Amino acid sequence: MVEELLHSSPGIANFGIFFLLGAVLLLIVLGFVTYGILAERKVMGYMQLRHGPNRVGGKWGLLQTVADVLKLLLKEDIIPKAADKPLFILAPVVAFAPSFMVLATIPFTDKFQFADIGVGLLYYIAVSGLTVFGMVLGGWASNNKYALLGGMRAAAQMISYEIPLVMSVLGIILLTGSLNLNDIVEQQENVWFILLQPVAFVVFFIASIAELNRTPFDLPEAENELVAGYHVEYSGFRWAFFMLAEYVYLFAMSALITVIFLGGWLPLFDFLSFIPGAVWFSVKFSAVVFVYIWLRSTLPRFRVDRLMEFGWKVLFPVALANIFLTALIKTLFF
Amino acid sequence: MSGEKDLDQLKREAAEKAKAAALAKRQAKAAGESQGAPKQEDKPSEQALNQDEKPAQTAQPAGTPAEDGADLAKKKAAAAAKAKAAALAKKKREGILEDEAPAPVEAAEETPVAAETSDGDDLAKKKAAAVAKAKAAAAAKRKAMELAAGTTPAEETPAPEAPAEVEASDDGDDLAKKKAAAVAKAKAAAAAKRKAMELAGGEAPAEDTAGATDETSAKAAAAAKAKAAAAAKAKAAAAAKAKAAGTGDADTAAAGDDEKAKAKAAAVAKAKAAAAAKAKAAGAAKGGDVSPGDTADQPSPNQPFLEKYRKVIEENLGSDVLEDSYINKLSKDVPTLVAKKDTYFKVAQFLKYNELLGFDYLSELHGTDFVTHMEVYVHLFSYKNRQSVALKVKIDRDEPTIESLQPIWAGANWPECEAYDLLGIKFTGHPNLHRILLGEDWVGHPLRKDYEPYDVEV
Amino acid sequence: MIRTEEMLLNVGPQHPSTHGVFRLVVKIDGEIITEATPVIGYLHRGTEKLAENLQYTQIIPYTDRMDYLSAMTNNYVICHAVETMMGIQVPERADFLRVMAMELGRIASHLVAWGTYILDLGATSPFIYAFRDREMIINMLNELSGARLTFNYMRVGGVKWDAPEGWVDGVKEFIPYMREQIKGYHDLVSGNEIFLDRVKGVGVYSKEDAISYSLSGPNLRSTGVKWDLRKDEPYSIYDRFDFNVVTKETGDCLARYHVRLEEIEESLKILEQACEQFPAEGEILAKVPKIIKAPKGEAYVRIEAPRGEIGCYISSDGKKEPYRLKFRRPSFYNLQILPKLLIGENIANLVAILGAVDIVLGEVDG
Repeated sequence: MVEELLHSSPGIANFGIFFLLGAVLLLIVLGFVTYGILAERKVMGYMQLRHGPNRVGGKWGLLQTVADVLKLLLKEDIIPKAADKPLFILAPVVAFAPSFMVLATIPFTDKFQFADIGVGLLYYIAVSGLTVFGMVLGGWASNNKYALLGGMRAAAQMISYEIPLVMSVLGIILLTGSLNLNDIVEQQENVWFILLQPVAFVVFFIASIAELNRTPFDLPEAENELVAGYHVEYSGFRWAFFMLAEYVYLFAMSALITVIFLGGWLPLFDFLSFIPGAVWFSVKFSAVVFVYIWLRSTLPRFRVDRLMEFGWKVLFPVALANIFLTALIKTLFF
Repeated sequence: MSGEKDLDQLKREAAEKAKAAALAKRQAKAAGESQGAPKQEDKPSEQALNQDEKPAQTAQPAGTPAEDGADLAKKKAAAAAKAKAAALAKKKREGILEDEAPAPVEAAEETPVAAETSDGDDLAKKKAAAVAKAKAAAAAKRKAMELAAGTTPAEETPAPEAPAEVEASDDGDDLAKKKAAAVAKAKAAAAAKRKAMELAGGEAPAEDTAGATDETSAKAAAAAKAKAAAAAKAKAAAAAKAKAAGTGDADTAAAGDDEKAKAKAAAVAKAKAAAAAKAKAAGAAKGGDVSPGDTADQPSPNQPFLEKYRKVIEENLGSDVLEDSYINKLSKDVPTLVAKKDTYFKVAQFLKYNELLGFDYLSELHGTDFVTHMEVYVHLFSYKNRQSVALKVKIDRDEPTIESLQPIWAGANWPECEAYDLLGIKFTGHPNLHRILLGEDWVGHPLRKDYEPYDVEV
Repeated sequence: MIRTEEMLLNVGPQHPSTHGVFRLVVKIDGEIITEATPVIGYLHRGTEKLAENLQYTQIIPYTDRMDYLSAMTNNYVICHAVETMMGIQVPERADFLRVMAMELGRIASHLVAWGTYILDLGATSPFIYAFRDREMIINMLNELSGARLTFNYMRVGGVKWDAPEGWVDGVKEFIPYMREQIKGYHDLVSGNEIFLDRVKGVGVYSKEDAISYSLSGPNLRSTGVKWDLRKDEPYSIYDRFDFNVVTKETGDCLARYHVRLEEIEESLKILEQACEQFPAEGEILAKVPKIIKAPKGEAYVRIEAPRGEIGCYISSDGKKEPYRLKFRRPSFYNLQILPKLLIGENIANLVAILGAVDIVLGEVDG
């Protein structure tokens, strides 16, 4: 269905359908964010021997996040007097928009995808890199020293970790010979890339945590050092946008890992193929999200200089070596 | 009411006498204190029980009218308030007796009521006796401590205290004797145990104790036995501790019918280190009533250190740098040096950098407003020698200025700021003297006695 | 030519990692600190001034509020000062109760120090684990004193309340449990590479500096100075217990971290022995006069609080109120070295160093 639409000629009806589908995806994503946050709080809660949200919306706290978002919507919109007003308003939008844009290329199942473009992976990485502008802008526009430091850290960190992130997937691109995410999934029919490219997976996963600004790489926010980092001056819905961007990225990154390392919608074994691809995808996806949450509740935070060292001195060479090794193996044995 | 006045007089005298006695006894050695004890044990132990009842019996029917007793009690209260010396002595007595042997104290408290049977004189005497005993006990204990610390050789101290006690108890009536006996008993037991401890710890040479034991045995058979046993056993094995405690227990129990004493002994016997606690009690008792001035020459475990500091300072800085120096008995016997204002920094510097002293750690610095003058109190400690010293300096209250110690101990930085903030003492040479707690815009220095709060409480 | 300038950053008084209202004005070049000026006094309540108009027993609740994480030791130090002056011998049972309460308080305090330290470094879970275990201690102390934080438990001459029935057994049961937990703590945090990366070799000072700056407690012992007032100048009944003085040689944040954790184990040892020797019965309050009047003169006593050496100076003129009361507050002294340690470090290390000093602002500000 999507395939047909993608290849049909543009028109009002066409646009309307895409718009509606986009809205549906947004709702799905928002639904994920809502329950992703709840899941994070619940999982962390149980890991920390407490219950997490358990009042609003029954004993599972199912409406907790909804209530939180409502509260954020109703909050007074505060813009600091000394802030750079236009940039201050623009920053959350700049941060959020790319996070939603990257979702377009991710194939959730073999049928459900918005844009099957040839350079899907490249598109994802390129667009996701834009979010850092939002953070730096926000940090700068707030006219707050902590925010500025947070913004600077964000810029340094995201640019540094983008490189190992890209380098690590190069091995997979070498193996598949394609940047198209659908092709990458189909190549994993027999064996997932996590087994063929374990080093790449580890590097990618670590770098992805840094890209997501999650513990142990949550330096741009670094509550205990920079209070809240780049969004220290934000409140209400503007702040919610930053948070939204962060969780949509969590969604996108988990989906991407599922696609390029865990075989996307493909079943674990062939005899299990009666289970629909969407279920497989969401199971793998949830597992990845769980690991992110798990790490968050376990590890302390990196120090900023060690973070840079780790990125440039460990991850980057390892990723390069991985490419080299992959290329070597591919030329010699295939 | 001249009798009342007499009573006061007598009390004061008695207290003084007691003090004098205590002073004399201070020279007594550790063993000494147990000598007097058993002697009296023999006599009053039999009587102890019935005497416990006796005051109660005599109080109402036998004695002069009850109101007389009440009067006496009142008089006593008045006297206590008026006569400082007496009060101090009493406090001390209370301090010791209450903790060491609760029974005698109760008896002692009954004394005023019970004692109308006799006249005021007797009462005074009794008190004197009791006080004397208490002091003697305290002194003896202190001695014991010293012995334990190995600072005083056992041989060099005669034992004049037992006679004193006997005399005192002769003066007083049975009650007093009983009290004395009880105290002495408790003390004897404690001492015996401590001895045993010491020996086991190998801190004091066995010979010392043995000699002491000999001396003791001449006068006090029971205690001596206990000690000898303890000593022998201690020599034999470390297990002697427990046994000595046991002996002490038995000794006390046999000698006295006093329930409390027994209970106490039993409790003590239970814990192997109770002796140490006792020793501490002795230390505490020492501090009991001592105001710095009048006891400067009392021997204390830290006396040699004070001498040393004084000597070293005088040799190097001259004899006139210190205004005063004494052992502060109230403050765990810390040697206290009072520097002159202009020598304060020099002395402090010397205390840190002199090799013999080496006070490398500033534990505490603060100021106090004594209305007539300001005082800066510095508590120093040497990690090398594991010794404390307190350095004080009196400064002018209207112009409170003194050199800063920050260049010597970096740790004096903030405390001096605090003293400046709260008392207005200016420390010259301080790198950053500021109002550290209250802020620069605060008016006045709150810990000065003439400080008037900005917003007076309603 | 790029123009660069130093930035003045105000850390606090409201900041997640200052553990209270503590302000640190730092000059930073990028993220490197070139100068740090601590500003304190936000929590100054004038305890010493107030005490001049209070009777000794009335002062005790004020001490609860100084180092509110280990109020028992604060209670003790003032009682101990008055007892030293008056020569009061505390009954054995009261001494045991005091020591057990103080050691439980020490464990609770070190647990908070541990949890919040790891929290400062960005890991959230250990904090909760520490607070779970602390909660058990708080409950025990609550049973003992009727309060969870500001105990007001000790009195001159003893303690206010006797241990409720079964309390000692509760403590006994807690000891093996806590030992297991400590192992878990080590498994969770002590070997973590990220953690080690952040604390190893950070905030180092030498033994000489530590002594010169009047540091005490774990901050001092982390440099290798074997000094613990419980051992070296025994007060109460600490001389009856067998325990070690924990020292480390490196003097960095990691050493301080380990000293604290190991001190918990030593406190457990003391508790274990105290439970065994706990007298079945006895007085809990010595016979003291109704109105406590310290004799004329002055005294300074110091004891080992979790954060270091807490001291109490009393100058008395024989009245029922102290003429001058002064607390030596360990956090106040320990904090002095901070500006020296921070120069050349970055903001992340600021948090690590400040956390390792382990201050309680109620105590810093008096």
